[in-house]
Amino acid sequence: MSKVFNKTKVVEKKVFSVEKIREDFPILKQTVNGKPLVYLDNAATSQKPAYVINAMNHYYMEENSNIHRGVHYLSELATQSYEEARNKIQKYINAKHREEIIFTRGTTESINLVAYSFGRYNFKKDDEIIISAMEHHSNIVPWQLIRDEKNILIRVIPINDRGELFIDKYEKMFNSRTKLVSLVHISNVLGTINPIKLMIEIAHNHGVPVLIDGAQGIPHMKIDVQELDCDFYAFSGHKMYGPTGVGVLYGKKEFLESMPPFQGGGDMIKSVSFEKTIYNDIPHKFEAGTPNIAGGVGLGATIDYLNQIPFEVALEHEHNLLIYAQEALSSINGIRIIGTAAHKSSVLSFVIENIHPHDIGTILDDDGIAIRTGHHCAQPLMKCFEVPATARASFAIYNTKEEVNSLVKGIHKAIKIFR
Amino acid sequence: MTALKELYQEVILDHNKSPRNYHRMEDADRKIEGYNPLCGDHFTLFIKIENDVIKDISFEGAGCAISKASASVMSSTVKGKTVKEAEELFKKFHELVLGEGNPEEDFEKLGKLAAFSGVTEYPARVKCATLAWHTLHTALTTKEHRTTTE
Repeated sequence: MSKVFNKTKVVEKKVFSVEKIREDFPILKQTVNGKPLVYLDNAATSQKPAYVINAMNHYYMEENSNIHRGVHYLSELATQSYEEARNKIQKYINAKHREEIIFTRGTTESINLVAYSFGRYNFKKDDEIIISAMEHHSNIVPWQLIRDEKNILIRVIPINDRGELFIDKYEKMFNSRTKLVSLVHISNVLGTINPIKLMIEIAHNHGVPVLIDGAQGIPHMKIDVQELDCDFYAFSGHKMYGPTGVGVLYGKKEFLESMPPFQGGGDMIKSVSFEKTIYNDIPHKFEAGTPNIAGGVGLGATIDYLNQIPFEVALEHEHNLLIYAQEALSSINGIRIIGTAAHKSSVLSFVIENIHPHDIGTILDDDGIAIRTGHHCAQPLMKCFEVPATARASFAIYNTKEEVNSLVKGIHKAIKIFR
Repeated sequence: MTALKELYQEVILDHNKSPRNYHRMEDADRKIEGYNPLCGDHFTLFIKIENDVIKDISFEGAGCAISKASASVMSSTVKGKTVKEAEELFKKFHELVLGEGNPEEDFEKLGKLAAFSGVTEYPARVKCATLAWHTLHTALTTKEHRTTTE
């Protein structure tokens, strides 16, 4: 790691203190409409610690250069920082090989990569894939694009009214034409934690590989891809306290090696002539063009940060907040919580009788409280619950009980205005 | 008055709670959908036009308080107006919610529509306030059956 970092190095915090964690995130100190910012839109994107911001700043100030190309000093430095970040990610999710970590723009691009490379290469007419009723648009639309091209069938695992998948129905969906399962780890609307280990095992019993959309998974739990035995795991940097514009596709080596490139360009080739191009080895085969180098470096720094705080205790704190908020909101008259699965994480969606979520959002914003309102890029799921939209509060490790209390106060204010 | 109270004025809260002209119209000349994909606001307008006059207008659908109240106030305002007058009101209304135009001069012409002046402070809500108007405009000027704010 680079030298200048010592100045901004995170002081190791053995004991979790939410106040101390908050100090690491400069943006949380600001006020909105004269009130302290209460940031409860973490499922959309999380805030970034100064450590990550400084690491990216440092990269641009001291190391900026193109990677994998130059023989000069800066290019070597930049390449080293970027590839070091890949190692950190490999370790963090316990991938077997470093070349199983593909840098992408984010979860969406990671899923598209699998759809366009694995899907286009392997799917034939009348093949089937399985997704679930609680997928984000980014795990629906790429498959529909491939479906329309290849004439495959997309089957959808249904959910119960608590927002849990029917595992027995899922088991019965497999047949000889099933080619892939693509499944969300944690729902961005319902907060449901799907039993992916079991579901991966079921798919593997049928010889079917599994892609996990981990956009909401990785910020809220420790991921071990070997233990899960998933074949692909897609995630974004920006929801896990890292920068926007960078994400990862983890894929098992044997799959990645057999898959054709996703995009063509520089860096993904070994040699090019007008007659024939030899592709580079993984991971570079899937990383055409100059990547988001600063983003990659920033994601590496994010992992350093998460490794240096007592992350598991922080996650417990986050979970306790969810329980606290869920109980507080349930006791308000006229509120319906959308998503009441037994295993939930960090997301609290709700609707209030006779008040549209957008109006709730505007009224809360007046008190400096940021929540998300709308369909959360999950329109089919909204249909399941027969709501056009929901209000969603989503928590991170730096949120506090006081902030939940502010949310409750804001909701009462909205109810009063619309009474 | 705070910006929030300016936004959720009595007129708006009232029209949201009890929207006027809120029903289907089976014998409408024009039926057109308005949709805001970002918010999910979704209304259908029903219009009857005779000799260039908006003889009757009604709507149904779902959306936030701003979009619903706007559809309601719009329907009561343009009923009986000529197509040209309605189009002029749309222009004035659009200027109002964008904070453009000459408020003092326009307030008189706008009547109850002036209640939406608070929207200027909330750029994200301008689309909510203008959805019904865009839909009406499309209905009066084209043969489309659906319009979106995107």
